[in-house]
Amino acid sequence: MTAGRVRLMITIGIVGVLEAMCRLGAIDRFAMPPPSEIMWNLGRILVSGQMWPAIAKTFANVAAAGAAAIVAGVALGTLIHRWAALRETLDPAFAAYYAIPIYAFYPLFIVVFGMGDLPQVLIGFMLALVAVIMNTLNGLDRVPRVLLKTARIQRLGRVSTALKVSLPFAAPYVFTGIKLAVAYSFIGVIGAELIMSRTGLGYEIGYAYNNFDNAVMYPLIVLVLTVAASVNAVFYVWEKKLLARRRK
Amino acid sequence: MSASHVKLRGVTRVFAATGATAAVNALGPIDLDIERGEFFAIIGPSGCGKSTLMEIVAGLLSPSAGSVMLEGTLVDGEVVDGVGVVFQEDATFPWLNARDNIAFGLLQTGLPRAEIEARVDHALHLMGLAGFADAFPVQLSGGMRQRVCIARTLVQRPRLILLDEPFGALDQQTRLLMGDELVRLWRETGATILLITHSLDEAAMLATRIGVMSARPGRMLDIVSTPWEPGRGSTIISDPRFGAVTAQLWQLLREESLRSMTGSGHRP
Repeated sequence: MTAGRVRLMITIGIVGVLEAMCRLGAIDRFAMPPPSEIMWNLGRILVSGQMWPAIAKTFANVAAAGAAAIVAGVALGTLIHRWAALRETLDPAFAAYYAIPIYAFYPLFIVVFGMGDLPQVLIGFMLALVAVIMNTLNGLDRVPRVLLKTARIQRLGRVSTALKVSLPFAAPYVFTGIKLAVAYSFIGVIGAELIMSRTGLGYEIGYAYNNFDNAVMYPLIVLVLTVAASVNAVFYVWEKKLLARRRK
Repeated sequence: MSASHVKLRGVTRVFAATGATAAVNALGPIDLDIERGEFFAIIGPSGCGKSTLMEIVAGLLSPSAGSVMLEGTLVDGEVVDGVGVVFQEDATFPWLNARDNIAFGLLQTGLPRAEIEARVDHALHLMGLAGFADAFPVQLSGGMRQRVCIARTLVQRPRLILLDEPFGALDQQTRLLMGDELVRLWRETGATILLITHSLDEAAMLATRIGVMSARPGRMLDIVSTPWEPGRGSTIISDPRFGAVTAQLWQLLREESLRSMTGSGHRP
């Protein structure tokens, strides 16, 4: 049996058990409706179109935060790697970074940037950025000297060396950073919407929660889960393809 | 333009002192002239600065003193046109297949696509890699990866090819065969070759002249010419004169190797 099939069976098993427990009353209906009902309600919500503005806004912001963090993270990682003194200064800061609750800055961002989308995107961006930088640095540390010498013999400049030799070599490590950036962008943006905002899926989930509206809350949670898992799966497959040629 | 292709005058390299270690006089001073189209080998005890010398000639390192001229152009820590280098370590790009690895240098030149493809195809055939054009480095043996690196250098048609123990990681039979390949390529391309090796046999078998270096700081002890017509390849090892040349090389090197083994870099 392939790993994929095992995964599928585990998922079906868990959903099946939840369904049975809900139907048999082991889980209270007010705590959680059965999965089949959640899916039915999700279909209803999607068809009705009422959530489309929130869906579009949230996923656009997640994409913006993730893309910005990936581009900026790879660029900053490459720059910091070139500059040993800066690297030495920043290394402890990077190590401590994820001990900082980024959300603590959220009210400040709202004061500075207003109630629009920017503070939420910024939270997602900040959460994701350092993961990309750290993994880019890790990958660049591993580029063999002989490949850098080869780049010099080919008379490549600094930018060309980074784009054509160092970063391609570091790609598997950068990819780890990219996958983390995707996850952190989801967490950052939706978390911020949940805490303080007037639009977006996080806000809608919070609103439904406050009104005991399980018929909306659970479907939206499933929607977020599905989209996040699908994006991750796409990256997973892409990464596997990329690595296949580099490993026996 | 000066007469010789490679011209070294008083080339010295001192590695600066760091916190824990004193400054190390690694190389030289060395004077050397290599003619155009020559196959020159350099041998010497380990740690004598052979690779440092090669990196200085390649333009990867600056000499601490002295000068390197290639075709009359001063080389000072900058790679000049017409130089190709093959390193001892595996320098294939693991994310590119053999074809793209070989084309790598040409793709930076802005040569027409068709010309690049023709040259790469030719090099694949020449190096016996025709069936492996689409293979990635992990799928190739060490010898084949080294041939990819040699092909990548050849397609750029360098006038000077520097080889830093290119067969060092290969087994003896593969070394002999790769040596033959190298001689054949040298005859076909007419390039000047500077080969760094620690193998007396390899130096005697391939080169027209062999520079013997001392223990650190490496100086040129002597230059030995091979007395047979150039480009005989591995068949020369059955010639009685071959034994005489390697014996002469060993005589020059024996003392120096002992000196480098005992770790003392100073001459008495």
